[in-house]
Amino acid sequence: MRRNPAGVAGAALLTMLLFPIYWMIASSVTPESRLFQSPPLVPSTLSLDHYRALFDERDFLIPIRNSLVVAAMTTIVVLPVATLCAYALARLRFRGRALLLALILAVSMFPQISIVPPLYLILRELRLLDTYPGLVLPYVTFSAPLAVWLLTGFFRQLSPELEEAAMLDGASRVRALWDVVLPLAAPGVATAAILTFLYCWNEFLFALSFMLGPDRYTVPVAVTLFRGRYQVPWGQVLAATVVATIPVALVVLAFQRRIVAGLSAGASKG
Amino acid sequence: MAAVRLEAVAKTYPNGHTAIHCVDIDIGEGEFLVLVGPSGCGKSTLLRLIAGLETPTSGRIFIGGADVTLLPPQARDLAMVFQSYALYPHMSVRDNLAYGLKVRGTDPAVAAQRVADVSAALDIEGLLDRRPAQLSGGERQRVALGRAMVRQPQAFLLDEPLSNLDPALRAQARAELRRLHRRLGVTVVYVTHDQEEAMTLGGRVAVMRDGAIEQVAPPLDVYARPANTFVARFIGAPAMNLVPATLVGIDTPADAVAGIRPQDVTVGANGQLHAIVDVVEPRGHDYLLHLRLDSRDSSPFLAVVAGLAPPPVGAQVFLAFPPDRRHLFDGRTGTRLT
Repeated sequence: MRRNPAGVAGAALLTMLLFPIYWMIASSVTPESRLFQSPPLVPSTLSLDHYRALFDERDFLIPIRNSLVVAAMTTIVVLPVATLCAYALARLRFRGRALLLALILAVSMFPQISIVPPLYLILRELRLLDTYPGLVLPYVTFSAPLAVWLLTGFFRQLSPELEEAAMLDGASRVRALWDVVLPLAAPGVATAAILTFLYCWNEFLFALSFMLGPDRYTVPVAVTLFRGRYQVPWGQVLAATVVATIPVALVVLAFQRRIVAGLSAGASKG
Repeated sequence: MAAVRLEAVAKTYPNGHTAIHCVDIDIGEGEFLVLVGPSGCGKSTLLRLIAGLETPTSGRIFIGGADVTLLPPQARDLAMVFQSYALYPHMSVRDNLAYGLKVRGTDPAVAAQRVADVSAALDIEGLLDRRPAQLSGGERQRVALGRAMVRQPQAFLLDEPLSNLDPALRAQARAELRRLHRRLGVTVVYVTHDQEEAMTLGGRVAVMRDGAIEQVAPPLDVYARPANTFVARFIGAPAMNLVPATLVGIDTPADAVAGIRPQDVTVGANGQLHAIVDVVEPRGHDYLLHLRLDSRDSSPFLAVVAGLAPPPVGAQVFLAFPPDRRHLFDGRTGTRLT
């Protein structure tokens, strides 16, 4: 066993990070009656009652489906838009570029609560309340700026000579972007995808305001509304949290492989 | 293969910096032209203007007689080798070589044949399935050259392609480039800051300073008859000595400047100029002397002496200059007088 201070500090940090997750999983399989009896670290009785209740009584698959659809649609829309936008901001010389970049960031700085009423009115006029596009649209406007910033930084790191070489080889700028820049920026694109997806997955306020019934509730909204008038079903809340964490973990793991692959690709100079 | 012609080309950036002042140059078909100058002189910008990676503020650029001033790089049918080589890191050497053909829609069988021919000519057949990251500097340089050759473009543009190689490899690559040019007979525009590279490679050398061309001529002409003091000091190593002409005893206008290459100085017991040996640098086949002239205590006066025994440090020597090896320049403008 390693005894160096860095190892000990690392272990301590890891414990701190993982303990809540462990606690969440452990509590989600503890029967309701034992939840508040100062439970031991290792649960004595395992029970899947909370999970059963989650899917039988509450039909938790519906909010999961809603969240997946909205998050996936947003990511699919944001990535190409943000990629093209970020490439232009990183490479093309035009007047007011810095100002535009600042404005894009400013959009995502608005306190969300301040634009809920106007957005509500707009979505009502467009008859998009309680529909997937009604949620995807605001999500795109709020998550695209972050993706644009992230990707702009990524594209700027890449040597412009690679695209110039592609253009002299006969590729148009768009073709050079597709053939040369995007494969090399894959780690950045993957990171942008993860962040966009996570933003949608966790977003609460818009989902609560623009989705009007249980058929359209996303996971955070559905879990929040578990609480009844006289009691909070903590066991089910924790089980729902575990279930909601799984897709996110899968997405991150899926993209992580791309990130590592991208980082280990060779550079140009020796 | 095509001739490249620049007519009054100028480039001023939006921030007001003028990189190129009105350059006219005619590069003949199959010519090897070297653009040389100190860093920041605009030689790379000039190459990028020819490539289409920059648009000139004024003037026109012709390739093979056609006006390409406003055409994007992909429409100019040129090939460029970058200083960093700019190999596509995510593609194998084979794909790197074939990319230009693929983009232009060349038949895959023809493309494969061309890749095979070029890799055989450059001796990189064994590397075709590797990634650029797995290659040495010299191998990357050859792959970059191969990527340019495979398309048989109108002209080659090379931007300091040897500067990332170690000296031994550089000399070898230089010889290879000369051989390649002789065999292919292509038009080449070659940018370097290294005057030695310019001298050895160029069919003609264009010496640049501050965005303007100071002199265009075959390398030996530039060496033998530099157009001004800048070219005189830039071409040839060690740099030419410049002293007031009166010091050397030449009967000219009072403010004229005389130039003498260190190799042309004779150090002996008698001569026109008295000096003291300051530093002696052995260079193997000869010695480089840093001398102090009595009358001037500013920049050292250099002389190259052959033989086994150079004068010791502190020795008083006399310098003589063969009259036919002296260069005379105007003291104010620096332009050549004779």
